[in-house]
Amino acid sequence: MSSQEIPEEKHLPSEQGDAHHGGVAVADDPFADPGLPVHKPRIQDIDERAAKRSERTVAMLFTLSMLATIGFIASYVIFPVDKIVYIFPLGKVSALNFALGMTLGIALFCIGAGAVHWARTLMSDVEVADDRHEIAASPEVKAKVLQDFADGANESGIGRRPLIRNTMLGALAMLPLSAVVIMRDLGPLPEDKLRHTMWAKGKLLINQNTMEPLRPEDVLVGSLTFAMPEGLDEHQHDFQTQIAKAALMIVRIQPEDIKDKQELEWSHDGIVAYSKICTHVGCPISLYEQQTHHVLCPCHQSTFDLSDGARVIFGPAGHALPQLRIGVNGDGFLEALGDFEEPVGPAFWERG
Amino acid sequence: MSTATDNKARKAPAGERVADWADGRLGIYSLAKANMRKIFPDHWSFMLGEICLYSFIIIILTGVYLTLFFHPSMNEVEYHGSYVPMQGVLMSEAFASTLDISFDVRGGLLIRQIHHWAALIFVAAMIVHMMRVFFTGAFRKPREVNWIFGFLLLVLGMFTGFTGYSLPDDLLSGTGVRFMQGAILSVPVVGTYLSMFLFGGEFPGGDFVARFYSVHILLLPGIMMGLLVAHLILVFYHKHTQYAGPGKTNNNVVGMPLLPVYMAKAGGFFFLVFGVISVVAAVASINPIWALGPYRPDHVSTGAQPDWYMGMPEGLIRAMPGWEINLWGHTLVLGVFIPLILFPLVLGAIAVWPFIESWVTGDKREHHILDRPRNVPTRTAFGVAWIAEYIVLLIGGGNDMFAQYFHLSINAITWFVRIGFFAVPVVAFIVTKRICLGLQRRDRDKVLHGRETGIIKRLPHGEFVEVHEPLPQGKLHTLTAHEQYKPIEIGPTVDENGVERKVKATEKLRAKLSKGFYAEGNQIPKPTVEEYKEIQSGHGHH
Ligand code: HEM
Ligand code: FES
Repeated sequence: MSSQEIPEEKHLPSEQGDAHHGGVAVADDPFADPGLPVHKPRIQDIDERAAKRSERTVAMLFTLSMLATIGFIASYVIFPVDKIVYIFPLGKVSALNFALGMTLGIALFCIGAGAVHWARTLMSDVEVADDRHEIAASPEVKAKVLQDFADGANESGIGRRPLIRNTMLGALAMLPLSAVVIMRDLGPLPEDKLRHTMWAKGKLLINQNTMEPLRPEDVLVGSLTFAMPEGLDEHQHDFQTQIAKAALMIVRIQPEDIKDKQELEWSHDGIVAYSKICTHVGCPISLYEQQTHHVLCPCHQSTFDLSDGARVIFGPAGHALPQLRIGVNGDGFLEALGDFEEPVGPAFWERG
Repeated sequence: MSTATDNKARKAPAGERVADWADGRLGIYSLAKANMRKIFPDHWSFMLGEICLYSFIIIILTGVYLTLFFHPSMNEVEYHGSYVPMQGVLMSEAFASTLDISFDVRGGLLIRQIHHWAALIFVAAMIVHMMRVFFTGAFRKPREVNWIFGFLLLVLGMFTGFTGYSLPDDLLSGTGVRFMQGAILSVPVVGTYLSMFLFGGEFPGGDFVARFYSVHILLLPGIMMGLLVAHLILVFYHKHTQYAGPGKTNNNVVGMPLLPVYMAKAGGFFFLVFGVISVVAAVASINPIWALGPYRPDHVSTGAQPDWYMGMPEGLIRAMPGWEINLWGHTLVLGVFIPLILFPLVLGAIAVWPFIESWVTGDKREHHILDRPRNVPTRTAFGVAWIAEYIVLLIGGGNDMFAQYFHLSINAITWFVRIGFFAVPVVAFIVTKRICLGLQRRDRDKVLHGRETGIIKRLPHGEFVEVHEPLPQGKLHTLTAHEQYKPIEIGPTVDENGVERKVKATEKLRAKLSKGFYAEGNQIPKPTVEEYKEIQSGHGHH
């Protein structure tokens, strides 16, 4: 920090406190420090009966704490873990939780209150002053330390033998590389994992409510249907990861109301299928407004217009929801005509 | 007991013998000599740091208990515990074991709730404690390092809380983790790699609960414990600051000794804090994960809200427009990445202030007397602006709740936050500075003219005046004890030989800031002895 241009100290106020250290009131200075006020005795300091009262209060608090601990143990034994009771104004609560918490709280609080009351009423409350000492060392100490350091460094010869110094620094600098390399197996490389989901040509759309394949006539105007790909089972080990990308929402819109040409082409008879995963930071979308065909993400209120290519009409999401191209197979079931053509969910660097 | 040594003149009591034993090995007498009767000043605002300390201890105690029952595993199991509505539901072991702690372990629910409440109080207490340190200038030399330790504790505390409430793998916290993963994806170039490495593959995978677990119970608390001990050692070493007052100087510390008063009060206060948190945990349920259900990436609960201390980044991400730039086959997700960057910047703004201030004042002296906030208007105004910014973002983070509660449109609140992000701190700064100056003026009047007594006197010629009573000397001293800096001057830019002197841009900036801090109009000159005497001698005649 260079401040050569500006003379230091000139703008600094005079040392605080120094002028009247020790509280010697200078007769001429009405603002001078009068020194510590004389101690005012408390009632307990002069009246032994008051002191006795304080003593009893403290002892009573400690006794109360003991009783509360007994109450804690008794509650633990008495109340079954699943007993629900009605307590005004809390409503229905677990009897055990309430009893344990209250007794523990009282046991703790009374110890605290007792100790504080004891300190405030019976222990000496005379204020005393301690001196402070500057943190920085004296010039002699500093000189000694610098000399010690120089001696030590000199004896090691580190300055004279740069070969040792440089190779040592090199070795120490390289060592952490092992720690970095060993982290490699924390996870796989991204590759194109985020670009694909389970959806593929011919996969049926399974209704998440009924777990049955969807037919066009199951999708009613005004309702929001959630679907997942055929072959995905809740019990399979990567279910969570798969559903995090494949979750689908389906609505039916009058074909003439669909404003986006591609959306119309990828739909079937007004049935459109969109990724359920918000393109903002990935919450599942859950609210649907049937008149406007808007869907809303509950996390940060991004709103998408499903009748217009699911473009963002409000909120922090940066791009439209990806659409899944669907059709109907020979048996009259809705099927996917391929995977999503762009990555679902939040945007990332390689998304493009 | 002691028959063999009875002939010795005096046998030391058992306690003393234990202490002797320890002294011979640990040198405890020398340690106690310096510290046992160490003086601690007393003020309610000094208890804020204690609340931080005690809630941290409570968190550790209850956390250890929870580890005895919690299974940090994402293996899917079918629930067959005693909470009937969830019977047969598929869930991770983490969620199932949290249900067990809540419904099958006696006292488990209480400990869970104490742990969570204590965490909320911990972070809140740290922020308030930090504010007290900030507004009183307790961060000045020699305490800058402790300020940084404290700030790191705050940041780590927030992350420990976040990893902690993600562990039960419930619907709400899972949504929060997804939020974090989406934010990580927005990082240019390495985002997808970071996400894959953190989650062991794609989101959510089967690893993050176990990984968060070791971070939450070992890594972060370990670091925090180290910082906390260092923080407290420094408080001891520097000795506590004190407010100005009679008998209190920059070279002494006035208060009561550690043993017994401070120990009884501070020790007692621990039990008070613990007791209050226990009662809160008994009557107020927190994070009832059974009402939310296990996490499913395709399910969501409405009104998803993080714990309060994460409301600030939440507000940033909600208010930010969804900017995305697609160039050369790459995507720059500014709509998420900018909030991610702003989060540490907004938080860190308060942390760097002490260093800016000491650079501007160029003051290299130690300061142990605390400032009254009004006497340092620029600093106080900056602190209030920072708080105002924080509140704006908290409002943004709860925009849906506020919209519902106040019957406003979310759109209106979002725009309020967008504009308020820039405007509110500025307004808060200006208003606070004004208020500080007003209060300084009032102090000045009080010193010069005395205290208003409320007694109205009628003067012979009919005028009514209020009788003012001069302040006692202690009060006069307290109100005039503060230092006032003068703005630094760059001085002539041309030296005596007419040669132009180069003034560095940083120096110009420094002089400008100094003017903004301390020039006329930015602080009210405190009364001088001469002014006081003149007015007092003229008194009564008027
Ligand atoms: C784990 C969290 C923390 C704990 C347990 C803690 C504890 C304490 C305690 C017990 C004190 C002495 C009493 C007092 O003045 O309140 C103290 C002082 C102090 N703390 Fe903290 N604190 C924490 C966080 C923070 C934070 C977030 C900051 C600021 C960024 C901070 C800065 C300071 C400073 C500068 C002092 C010295 C104040 C003085 O001597 O006047 N601390 N802390
Ligand atoms: S995740 Fe949908 S709006 Fe943020």
